Amino acid sequence: MFDDGQTVVDDQATSKIKLDHVVIRFAGDSGDGMQLTGSQFSDTSAMLGNDIATFPNYPAEIRAPEGSIYGVSGFQVHIGEVEISTPGDDVDVLVAMNPAALKTNHSAVQAGKMIIVDVDEFTAKNLTKAGYAQNPLEDGSLGSHVIIKAPITQLSREAIKDIGLDNTSMNRTRNMFALGMVFWMFSRPLDYTIKFLEKKFGHKPNIFEANVKVLKAGYHYAETLELLPSAFTVLPAKMTGGTYRIIMGNTAIAWGLLAAAEKSGKQLFLGSYPITPASDILHELSEHQHFGVVTFQAEDEIAGIGSAIGAAFAGDLAITTTSGPGLALKSEAIGLAVMTELPLVIVDVQRGGPSTGLPTKTEQADLLQAMYGRNGECPVIVVAPSSPANCFDFAYEASRLALEHMTPVILLSDGYIANGSAPWRIRSMADMPPITPARSPEPGAEWMPYLRDPQSLARQWALPGTPGFEHRIGGLEKEDMTGHISYDPENHEHMVKLRAEKVQRVENYIPELQVDGAESGDLLVVGWGGTYGSLLTAVKSLHEEGRSIGLAHFNYLNPMPRNTREVLSRFKKIAVCELNLGQFATLLRSKFPEFQYLQFNKVQGLPFTVLELNNHFLHLLAKP
Amino acid sequence: MSDLPNYTFKDFASDQEVRWCPGCGDYVILRAMQKALPMMGRRKEEFVFVSGIGCSSRFPYYMETYGFHGIHGRAPAIATGVKLANPKLSVWVITGDGDGLAIGGNHMIHAIRRNVDLNIVLFNNKIYGLTKGQFSPTSDIGQKTKSSPYGNTQPPFNFGELVMGSAGQFYARVPDNNPNDMADIFVAAEKHQGTSVVEVLQNCVIFNDGAFDAVVDKSVREDMLLYLKHGEKMLFGKEKSKGVRFNGRQLEAVTLGENGITEADILVHDATDPNPSMHFMLTQLQYPLPVGIVRSVEVPTFEERVAVQVKNLKERSKYKKVDDLLFSGETYQV
Repeated sequence: MFDDGQTVVDDQATSKIKLDHVVIRFAGDSGDGMQLTGSQFSDTSAMLGNDIATFPNYPAEIRAPEGSIYGVSGFQVHIGEVEISTPGDDVDVLVAMNPAALKTNHSAVQAGKMIIVDVDEFTAKNLTKAGYAQNPLEDGSLGSHVIIKAPITQLSREAIKDIGLDNTSMNRTRNMFALGMVFWMFSRPLDYTIKFLEKKFGHKPNIFEANVKVLKAGYHYAETLELLPSAFTVLPAKMTGGTYRIIMGNTAIAWGLLAAAEKSGKQLFLGSYPITPASDILHELSEHQHFGVVTFQAEDEIAGIGSAIGAAFAGDLAITTTSGPGLALKSEAIGLAVMTELPLVIVDVQRGGPSTGLPTKTEQADLLQAMYGRNGECPVIVVAPSSPANCFDFAYEASRLALEHMTPVILLSDGYIANGSAPWRIRSMADMPPITPARSPEPGAEWMPYLRDPQSLARQWALPGTPGFEHRIGGLEKEDMTGHISYDPENHEHMVKLRAEKVQRVENYIPELQVDGAESGDLLVVGWGGTYGSLLTAVKSLHEEGRSIGLAHFNYLNPMPRNTREVLSRFKKIAVCELNLGQFATLLRSKFPEFQYLQFNKVQGLPFTVLELNNHFLHLLAKP
Repeated sequence: MSDLPNYTFKDFASDQEVRWCPGCGDYVILRAMQKALPMMGRRKEEFVFVSGIGCSSRFPYYMETYGFHGIHGRAPAIATGVKLANPKLSVWVITGDGDGLAIGGNHMIHAIRRNVDLNIVLFNNKIYGLTKGQFSPTSDIGQKTKSSPYGNTQPPFNFGELVMGSAGQFYARVPDNNPNDMADIFVAAEKHQGTSVVEVLQNCVIFNDGAFDAVVDKSVREDMLLYLKHGEKMLFGKEKSKGVRFNGRQLEAVTLGENGITEADILVHDATDPNPSMHFMLTQLQYPLPVGIVRSVEVPTFEERVAVQVKNLKERSKYKKVDDLLFSGETYQV
């Protein structure tokens, strides 16, 4: 029942089918606990040594009306014994808790693959709500899927009828039944989830007992049910040895910032205003005030960055976190930080735009806003993490660059890697590179506010409270060196160029661009930020098939790595792939106009699928 | 602080040429501040002046202290960041009626609500000066300005009311022709723990000259102003023959000896009363116009609450270093 992309081995000893990777999607009402169910499955799999990637896909409504199409919440898990870089395109097993979940998800399930439904929920009323004229389980419209019609509601209630819960509480355990079934199918142990439930519901013994009973009921149901065609085993992946944990992108950003603060000896200050999908960074750092972190939830986006600029002036490692609309509100203040040449990290977890757009969906359409979205000539460093795990590295790197070069840095994450999770080989603090913040002037030294390091052009950082270095800075144009207000035309042009040069010189302090796959040849795929997993999977598989294809994936967007031009020159064709209408391609055209850039763009609030990338690259490779 | 240098006002004057219009009320405020700082018992490097945009906001350039000239309206937010990053600093916000009450109104009310230990000085001249003469949120109904040539149709904020409505714990009002009282009020504002708000009635000689003359001019002020002093009767007039009483419904001006009014009827000012009702009524009173410290109540500051929380968490937390966090919880070996 599996296509060519998967290795199917019949294992006599266990009579289970082994395969190298599998994609499972849990879908239900936004109140059905699908995110929890999915993350329990992925965490358990990671503990067994599988590589994983997850993709939560949920509506903006917290609790949309039950059974409605727009209230469907999904969580996709991709597990494997091979290296997993994306949450997967095609679903091997779909768990649909109601007709609406089936309606919105069944097209992702290829022919021959499995769909498990809670048949009890397929009532006339729910079918109508989902827009089905007839019951798809009965009219044959689903095609050639393996449909498992499990009476999940009924069996869950049966399992806990003696505990004495009310109807609502009983129904809330149904996700555990589905989880139990899938656990059995993939030979996962229950103990991790039981431990989790104990932690979550330990103070409510009857709820805890009910969830465990239903989990086990689902497990045993799957075991004894003849309808299940077979069971599968996914073997552990071959990953670099070390201590791992599962981490979400937003958590990794928060931890990377904590690490940078500790390494640099600076107090961490976060000024922020809640916004989806960035708020988790505020939540996570607020949990860790014991490290001396100050988290300030401000009255608006502007006060968030305003307070961070004040904290930077006073000597902190200052951060503000936001998403696209918030970045727009912060534009003027970013200009102030550019003018005053203060270190500041602005985290933008991109979402679908423009305006309020698609708050819970992913997109890469803030790139040009990050590059140019301010009045005046206003360059900043722009970097982008490319996976949930390396969010840690790039939050750290953004902090390093800000502190060492005395400039704002925009960190462009996105909703996809922010909420996605993956195994992370934990870095120990000893392994992290040093951070040397811009110097403060020596006591008694001759000093001026805009005295610069001759190499990096970073100015010195004199902190309020230090005697002898009282000075005034602000948003008006500065005279070079003294920092006095200056309206002199020559000075203005000089300062504009100096600020640009300072940012450009950062190229001397960042690594060169690496190419995955072919080092030179027919097709260079270019990407940046959160699309790395999909692009790498597609390029690697084509390269392994012997195609002349390589991937140049950018984490440093401004300035770009020194060898960018040289890398671009090694290939016959260049295809820039991004989740927007071509913003990075525009940037490359303006910086390196001697090359031709093909584009592959998608703006659906969704990540690239490997399949669509594969097809497109094959098409490009086939054309003369 | 035995090692505190003997500062004079000259120690706080920067080398920058002051560029306000001749006769501007801002000069008086600058001089009063430079006079007040040596009286505060703090070292020069501990002072930080943060401003927004407008005539008033040039102020930090003229002070030989740490200074930050911000962007329009955002000074309270920037100053909050400075104070939270280093609570030992004496942080001042210099703003105006446009900067602080129009574009920055949101930051103003939230800074006051949180009770960050900031000292906010708002220069109220009822006009936009730097953009050359448009009406502001404190301009009077009917006031003719460049953007209201037929008279302003927007009702004004009474800043004192706004401070009370934002749960302000320190509010003082002072005219710009009284530098001695102003310096004393600045000292009191600095001493007060929490957000201290000082409204200066400031004359703009170019665009709104004489805006406060009817009450603050030297020829009339003894009869028009009520100089509030904590613990003293609310008496006013050259002979202190008039006073303010509460008639059961509102405050009113009365004359001693008329209609059987005696000193016993006159209110005693209590700036420290936690109940803001009387202070609210004082901010609304138009005749006589109260000046001086209307309210000064000590409650925990925002940064104190933060510090207590952090201290407790530090003692309780099992994570001492970031490594402890990174390797905590569910990890596994490959």
